[in-house]
Amino acid sequence: MGMESDENRLEYEETELRLGLPGGSLKREFSQTIDLKLNLNASMASPPSPHQQQEKITAKPPAKAQVVGWPPVRSFRKNTLAVQSAAAAAFIKVSLDGAPYLRKVDLKMYNSYQQLSEALGKMFSSSTIGDCGVKELMSESKLIDLLNGSDYVPTYQDKDGDWMLVGDVPWEMFVDSCKRLRIMKSSEAIGLAPRAAEKCKNRA
Amino acid sequence: MCLFQSVMNYLPKEVLEHVFDFLTSHHDRNAVSLVCESWYGVERFSREKVFIGNCYAVNPERLIDRFPRLRSLTLKGKPHFADFNLVPDGWGGHVYPWIEAMAKSGINLEELRLKRMVVSDESLELLAKSFPNFKSLVLVSCEGFTTDGLAAIASNCRLLRELDLQENEVDDRKGQWLSCFPESCTSLVSLNFACLKGEVNVAALERLVARCPNLRSLRLNHTVPVEVLQKILVRAPQLSDLGTGTFTHDPDSETYVKLKNAMKNCRSIRSLSGFLDVNGRCLPAIYPICTSLTSLNLSYAPGIFSNELIKLICHCKKIERLWILDTIGDKGLGVVANTCKELQELRVFPSDLYGVGNTAVTEEGLVAISAGCPKLNSILYFCQQMTNAALITVAKNCPNFIRFRLCTLNPIVPDAATNQPLDEGFGAIVQSCKRLTRLSVSGLLTDQLFLYIGMYAEQLEMLSIAFAGDSDKGMLYVLNGCKKLKKLEIRDSPFGNMALLSDMGKYETMRSLWMSSCEVTLGACKTLAEKMPRLNVEIINENEAGEDKASCDDRHRVEKMYLYRTLAGPRTDAPDFVWTL
Repeated sequence: MGMESDENRLEYEETELRLGLPGGSLKREFSQTIDLKLNLNASMASPPSPHQQQEKITAKPPAKAQVVGWPPVRSFRKNTLAVQSAAAAAFIKVSLDGAPYLRKVDLKMYNSYQQLSEALGKMFSSSTIGDCGVKELMSESKLIDLLNGSDYVPTYQDKDGDWMLVGDVPWEMFVDSCKRLRIMKSSEAIGLAPRAAEKCKNRA
Repeated sequence: MCLFQSVMNYLPKEVLEHVFDFLTSHHDRNAVSLVCESWYGVERFSREKVFIGNCYAVNPERLIDRFPRLRSLTLKGKPHFADFNLVPDGWGGHVYPWIEAMAKSGINLEELRLKRMVVSDESLELLAKSFPNFKSLVLVSCEGFTTDGLAAIASNCRLLRELDLQENEVDDRKGQWLSCFPESCTSLVSLNFACLKGEVNVAALERLVARCPNLRSLRLNHTVPVEVLQKILVRAPQLSDLGTGTFTHDPDSETYVKLKNAMKNCRSIRSLSGFLDVNGRCLPAIYPICTSLTSLNLSYAPGIFSNELIKLICHCKKIERLWILDTIGDKGLGVVANTCKELQELRVFPSDLYGVGNTAVTEEGLVAISAGCPKLNSILYFCQQMTNAALITVAKNCPNFIRFRLCTLNPIVPDAATNQPLDEGFGAIVQSCKRLTRLSVSGLLTDQLFLYIGMYAEQLEMLSIAFAGDSDKGMLYVLNGCKKLKKLEIRDSPFGNMALLSDMGKYETMRSLWMSSCEVTLGACKTLAEKMPRLNVEIINENEAGEDKASCDDRHRVEKMYLYRTLAGPRTDAPDFVWTL
């Protein structure tokens, strides 16, 4: 944790904090506990050690402060918060072919493809769906059927930028890799069409 | 001998016992037992609750011998700095010998409260099977057990009222511990499993809640979804303390509406926590409860943004205890100051533990709180920066602090405005707060601060020091000045042998002393150990070379030393890396 290599030793020593007694030969070896690159104020009233460097202080904390047990926070709390920041909200854009504008959804709000599908149904049921020969202002359930039917193909763009068919992987994996959703008209889903049609039939 | 004294001597034991029944505090009971032999005798047979602040200060047999009617035991194990990874695994603090001894002696144990101890599944099984009247188990920051141990408790403790697990490291076996509560178990008053990582059987949970009409406190873990929370609230509208599980759901959904309604019906909730995994847009569901809340813990909810927090706080006018993350910001603390006039305890935890750049709180927030909350008496505050001027203002505004813990994220940061040490600021705090019993300091600090502490902190019982001071004088000021000092813990400060050895008798008046990365040498520790047989002076030696105690040079600096008064002699369960001198 923050051990300095020999090449960096010179730079480290310039800013190393030492708390030895005045004139004493005891030099604190902080390499195991601190990797702070601190600068001390030249106007400090009582510099205890002649070894200390005197430079201007910056209020901002150093870039890589790695002190064991500092700040003093229980490991339980540290671990819990670490897990949670990994699990933050995942808003992604959703487009429905023919809808006048895009929407955003937070994938973390749902636990399954079914829930997502219902939510999307609600979201787009009030928007007009233009030139695909479908009635305007369609009902929620109709839209869900439509989404689950063979007229539309739900696709998503993953972390690598590839466009994939929704539903192949487990839900959690989907949430992790999905960057964008596009609900395509199947007439446009040429490359995916055969598989897509089959998948849709299976799900309907 | 005056008449009064002779009358007191001839009071029958039953009368004395009856009088002592009114003494509930440990301090009072301890004092009473020192008056005379007869009082000692009556007190010891009538004492039911015992508190042992250091499990190695006395051994179980002695405890049982003195207090045969023991019903409730509180034990603390590892030193406080173990919380921050300064104590290696395997150090000790096992509860098993205590449970074993009490079981053998037929103690009618009803309540066990443990903090920072190692609790094995075997201990829990033995506990569950040995005490038919066992009612209450509270484990705080413990480790060593799995959900199998919990299953044993659930299955066997027929009269269980309380199972409270706070921030423990528990291994989750895939078993169904919650399902182990038999149908006949209807006595639960408090159940807290928020720290468990694994799933529980939610159907069993719902049934358990339904059949325990006295359930007042329920804290769920993050695997319990909102749908289940809603159902539970419908079954248990009498709850006064609730810890939600996950609090993320589509606010437009039916479940959410049901949740809002269920919450409205829970008119007794005074304490709220959890929100592990939360979506800020779901928070309005709790606004109806906020108006009567006295305790709110949002410190595990980094997902709530500052503006959402502020909106929430505006509803919490009766809050007395508030735990939050520094995501609230100085502005948010200003809102707290304007809204929460009943506030007594505030804890602001850091949200950004690994990187930099998160705007934390500063001295501004603290000053605002001190100005707005007249009843404030306890604070834990992690902040980016601090100034003497701010601390002096805080000291003036709040002379009633009992606990004051300030932690700057950079441990030796000076006054942000003047670049001076923070001695004057903390000095003002100890001078103004005459009832201060606990203090943690941080930032750039010299011996001057410790002079102030020694001079003014007359009631101080616990002091935590890190990266502070210039010389032995600092530590001496504290040891000489703070007459009521019980626990002193110091890390990375230049205090050495002279300070350690100047008043060795002092340590027998204290519970413990921890010094790590200071300037004390092995030789000085050995001297201390030799002169003070009623202290255990322990060195924690993590050197990989597996040094032998005998071959180690006395002039070597000791990395970690922990000493404590004890009646039990040197530990018999110390691991290889702990040397008792």
